[in-house]
Amino acid sequence: MQDNRFEKNKIKKAFETPNKKAFIAFLTAGDPDADSTVKFVLEMERAGADLIEIGIPFSDPTAEGVVIQDANIRALKNGMTTDGAFEIVRRIREVSQIPLCFMTYCNPVFHYGYDRFFARCEELGVDGIIIPDLPYEEKAEMEEPASAHGVAVISMIAPTSEARIQKTAKEAKGFIYVVSSMGVTGVRSEIKTDLKSIVESIREVTDIPCAIGFGISTPEQAGKMAGVSDGSIVGSAIVKIIAAKGKEAAPDLYAYVKSMKEAVLEA
Amino acid sequence: MSKGRYGIHGGQYISETLMNELIRLEEAYEHYKKDPEFVAELNKLFNEYAGRPSLLYYAEKMTKDLGGARIYLKREDLNHTGSHKINNVLGQALLAKRMGKTRLIAETGAGQHGVATATAAALLGMECEIFMGKEDTDRQALNVYRMELLGAKVHPVTSGTMTLKDAVNETMREWTNRVNDTHYCLGSVMGPHPFPMIVRDFQSVISREMKEQILKAEGKLPAAVIACVGGGSNAMGAFYNFIEDRDVKLIGCEAAGKGVDTALTAATIATGSLGIFHGMKSYFCQDEYGQIAPVYSISAGLDYPGIGPEHAYLHDIGRAQYVPVTDDEAVDAFEYLARTEGIICAIESAHAVAHALKIARDFGKDESIIINISGRGDKDVAAIARYRGVDIHD
Repeated sequence: MQDNRFEKNKIKKAFETPNKKAFIAFLTAGDPDADSTVKFVLEMERAGADLIEIGIPFSDPTAEGVVIQDANIRALKNGMTTDGAFEIVRRIREVSQIPLCFMTYCNPVFHYGYDRFFARCEELGVDGIIIPDLPYEEKAEMEEPASAHGVAVISMIAPTSEARIQKTAKEAKGFIYVVSSMGVTGVRSEIKTDLKSIVESIREVTDIPCAIGFGISTPEQAGKMAGVSDGSIVGSAIVKIIAAKGKEAAPDLYAYVKSMKEAVLEA
Repeated sequence: MSKGRYGIHGGQYISETLMNELIRLEEAYEHYKKDPEFVAELNKLFNEYAGRPSLLYYAEKMTKDLGGARIYLKREDLNHTGSHKINNVLGQALLAKRMGKTRLIAETGAGQHGVATATAAALLGMECEIFMGKEDTDRQALNVYRMELLGAKVHPVTSGTMTLKDAVNETMREWTNRVNDTHYCLGSVMGPHPFPMIVRDFQSVISREMKEQILKAEGKLPAAVIACVGGGSNAMGAFYNFIEDRDVKLIGCEAAGKGVDTALTAATIATGSLGIFHGMKSYFCQDEYGQIAPVYSISAGLDYPGIGPEHAYLHDIGRAQYVPVTDDEAVDAFEYLARTEGIICAIESAHAVAHALKIARDFGKDESIIINISGRGDKDVAAIARYRGVDIHD
């Protein structure tokens, strides 16, 4: 992040915790409605989340398991749009400077217009974007306009990345999203990938923090994953709470995130 | 710009988990397509198993009735399993086997690609699982049973619009889940590179044969080649070897459903816009925020919100023309071909027949046009009866 276009980018702050490890929480914008999303983000921040990923819902989220697919459908049914997600960020930014990333698919961003989208991100203080259908080979078209507006396009590294790990890591910005397992997002009872060696391989070429996501739901898993990396990312387990409790999910989210954050701090 | 581009279209917009597999697939394909043993084995399967070359039939009654161009039908419906889908599937299954894969997965709309994949899996001793939209398993129940007879497991997909696009989503998810022993036998000239290229190459046997056959029959190239387009594999196969022959008009017929001025349509070129979806940049039916639109067509095989990237490019440069054909027009053409030539074609192919009925008289009697009959229509008979309000207790 020597690049001065990223001077105002807040992602690095997420990893400036006592043990330099971050707890990253995901939720879908507009699930169940915009007011709730604003409230949930602030509540998760209060519980200790270091960075929040806000999903802009997409009709066909091919990297998601059933839990987040359903959240996308609920949000779209309730009228959430890309502009609606920006409005959620604007309201959060009135009271909070927590590092924020968007998570969505290529098409909503492409269709909005890359420059228009990232200009709006810069204006509202969105620090990064995670796009599961944008591999290393295709990232240039989005990274150029994103970088021009100080937004980091987050690189993903998967258990199958092999020789691509270092190529991807060398050019990574913000943080590296290490995918824990094969398959789509969703709660898993066991994570078998040799993540330690993937992280070591990344460390050989970059100092950018790497956080592990996909399948993490328990404090034990969160602690273990943060132990071998710089942080844990949790999505489906949070979305499950929102699906069950709806607008009343805030107290449960607070308790859950607090327990996860404590595990990460002890990692 | 990344690999697999057709003008601005194509590319590899896919999850990192699958990237190395796509690279391996491309390397394997580039190797085996030049391997004489592989080529010989594929040709043997084409000729002795699938029944190639397929006939180019001169439709004399239709020609007389329409009073314009001489009409030829390329009879892909006569292939084993009843459609052009077998061409691509035999190629990919053989390739997958060479790559050491033991399991094939595939999406299917009308069920033709699923049946073809299940057939190749049975023949080559591979496991097979097919993903099919719940709505399509209902309207194509016969094909579901055929796939099961062939030893495949059919998963009805209940997410999204429960049609072809959702079947593709689910197959991609399954491939991400289990890529080591599994090949995704993608059924059309779509998805991330190298699929649009591989599928086109395996389907290009259609236009290679067409060219030879029409030259033999007419002594000159056709004035036009007409094919239906969903993702676009039969059309790409029918067009490919004519692309350099500038005088041959290439016409793709999209499913307009209830009409391009309604929301109930699947005509991507007519109503879509540029986007990125299912691994490729191309044209898609989508809303103002880039959400993929729920599309509609009577034909499950054309009920797809996108079009292959090479078609998008042929459209951009004006080399091919894409026209919408409605449900009503397709059903009329389906019945016309049955009555006039004694051929019950797939409702997908009937879209191409319908356009030929419109334009045959625009050509001279010394000119010929070829309609690609991509599949046979047994699977559609019950649905057409329903469309006409006839209860046949299926």
